[in-house]
Amino acid sequence: MKHILKILVNNHPGVMSHVSGLFTRRSYNIDSIAVGVTDNPEISSMVIVVKGDDSVVEQVKRQLLKLPDVIDVEDLAYHDCISRELVLVVVQCSDANRTEIISICEVFQARIADLTKTTFTIEFSGNTRQVNHFLEMMQKYGIEEIARTGQIALRYRS
Amino acid sequence: MSKSEAKITGARLMVELLEEYGVDIVFGYPGGAILPFYDELYKSTKIKHILVRHEQGAIHMAEGYARSTGKLGVCIATSGPGATNLVTGLTDARLDSVPILAITGQVATNAIGTDAFQEADIYGITIPITKYNALIKSADDIARHFEEATLIALGGRPGPVLLDFPKDVQTELTNVRKSSKLKINPRHYQKPPIGGDLDAFAAALNKAKRPLLYVGGGAINANASKEIRELAEKGNIPVTTTLMGIGAFPGTHKLAVGMLGMHGTAYANKAVLECDYILNLGARFDDRVAKPGEFAENAVRAHIDIDTAEFNKRVSVDHIVHGDLKEVLKVLIPKVEKVDRSSWLEYLDTIRKNHPLEFDDSSDSIKPQAFLQKLFEKSKGKAIVSTDVGQHQMWAAQYYLFDEANKWLTSGGLGTMGYGLPAAIGAKFGNPNSTVICVSGDGSIQMNIQELATIAMYKKGVKILIFNNNFLGMVRQWQELFYEERFSESEWNYNPDFVKLGEAYSIKGMRVATKSEIDKAIEFFLEGDEARILEVMIPAEEKVFPMIPAGKSQKDMIEFSDAIRTGKK
Repeated sequence: MKHILKILVNNHPGVMSHVSGLFTRRSYNIDSIAVGVTDNPEISSMVIVVKGDDSVVEQVKRQLLKLPDVIDVEDLAYHDCISRELVLVVVQCSDANRTEIISICEVFQARIADLTKTTFTIEFSGNTRQVNHFLEMMQKYGIEEIARTGQIALRYRS
Repeated sequence: MSKSEAKITGARLMVELLEEYGVDIVFGYPGGAILPFYDELYKSTKIKHILVRHEQGAIHMAEGYARSTGKLGVCIATSGPGATNLVTGLTDARLDSVPILAITGQVATNAIGTDAFQEADIYGITIPITKYNALIKSADDIARHFEEATLIALGGRPGPVLLDFPKDVQTELTNVRKSSKLKINPRHYQKPPIGGDLDAFAAALNKAKRPLLYVGGGAINANASKEIRELAEKGNIPVTTTLMGIGAFPGTHKLAVGMLGMHGTAYANKAVLECDYILNLGARFDDRVAKPGEFAENAVRAHIDIDTAEFNKRVSVDHIVHGDLKEVLKVLIPKVEKVDRSSWLEYLDTIRKNHPLEFDDSSDSIKPQAFLQKLFEKSKGKAIVSTDVGQHQMWAAQYYLFDEANKWLTSGGLGTMGYGLPAAIGAKFGNPNSTVICVSGDGSIQMNIQELATIAMYKKGVKILIFNNNFLGMVRQWQELFYEERFSESEWNYNPDFVKLGEAYSIKGMRVATKSEIDKAIEFFLEGDEARILEVMIPAEEKVFPMIPAGKSQKDMIEFSDAIRTGKK
């Protein structure tokens, strides 16, 4: 099962190695990792997606809390949060399929960020399932390059 | 200009902070990148610096000092090779939860990352093996890093911390002598509130007919010996300890069943099999002790620990209490009822009689077990004993009993050969009036034998016992039992003359090989407060029993009698 861990850490160099190193040396596989500063410049938020059963993730959580630079760890259940990732993808295009690609982008509400005679650079954000789905749709035109950010997430407010 | 505004160098500040903190002894080795700090150390009248012969020796000395005194152990090394020589000791301290502050020199900040002379990214290297580490980038940050590091080293579950100290930061001027706001959360150094249902805990314990206390090194760190004894005596509960927990409960007490695990006593391991309630006090269900799914499987399992990451890590437990062991026991003991458990205790006594620690002492050669029994008697069990790693370590754990905590110094988690000699030296510096014995083997002692020079230089009366079987004994034992006697690289074709080696350092020595010499040898060994080397020749085929093969459970224990029956004595 996938877990999304939202980790608040002190914002200074080296913290990323401490946190990711903890995962590597305990052989916990990181699916994705995204880091950014919060509204407080001294604190960063890391969102790490890991696979594992509840007891493994619980162990990860406790180990994380032992790191002096970790302020808080929240295990966001997958269905309980809004998650997004951003992807930039370069897709080949020709005169014949240009309109087709544009209309798919409209359906997905993806933004065409750049175009050349032979390519589109498309920007799309959504949850992982949507991103995967969008990339699948683009596959048949020929993907030249992809950059994905990894997921960020916030818990739903009731 | 007031004192607080006067600027001083980073190196001066670091020395002053150590002094203010009460550090009076540090173990180290100078080098280019740490020279400004050493220059300030030279001027200090409060801090004694012990010059070692290898940085690994320095950190193990700091460990021996810390474990025998309960204080922070401090070691110093230069950048690059000096710093990397600390890596084994830091890992050792991490696994055995020893509070160590390592200060390492680093190349100047503008040279960091350029592969400068004697540069190593010790901050990066030590991330996974320290509890906390930092690269000090400005002299203004020294006070904060120092406070954070010392708080973390000793707080909660203790551990090693490292401060990497660039040369230009050592010479930089600062007037920030006190840390302003700490950047670490108080949970890393304050005692946690007790978490868990102690009533349920006590109720299950009170119901138990065959309870057992399983005591680990955490009990020693929590200074909880008195409370453990109270709990055991009040509830008539037998006590087994891990290798790290030795001394947390008196080894000669009638409720003591000795050490459990791979080379634990048969009665301790049988007690684990047959108990109906097992209470883990600051132990970590180590793989040399517990096999998941088969450890005390018929018992209600309970665990008290200060580190929540230890709960349900390897063995699942029914009751959990998080907190400082001493504090938890203080609350728990009044809830524990006086229960008559004489039938359980009598049963364990019978097992103890029928399955004692055994060895064959019929030949004229010296048996290490018999030797250690005698050493225990003659030293009245009062010595501080450090060991290296191997057969001698297990024999010492089995045959030298401790009634007090902080007297047994051994590398439990990492199993570091080369730990014993420097740890003994550190302990002697911390306890100048105690007899300090290093029990080692011909293999282990050679891993840090250069520290004989440190003993000689400071005239420290460390007693060094070397069991010599011209083999890596424990490796040989495994090869004999599990690899059809293929003694791949475990036989030493060459050992130095240890007695003559001692003489080269003006340390008196003696070599003995027959039983009749034991008394005389021990007398010579313990005499006065002078260093001694005693080389005891023992048979290569002597083995440590009982033994639970690696990865097996208490049920698969091989006892001495089994070994005789199968011809694998």
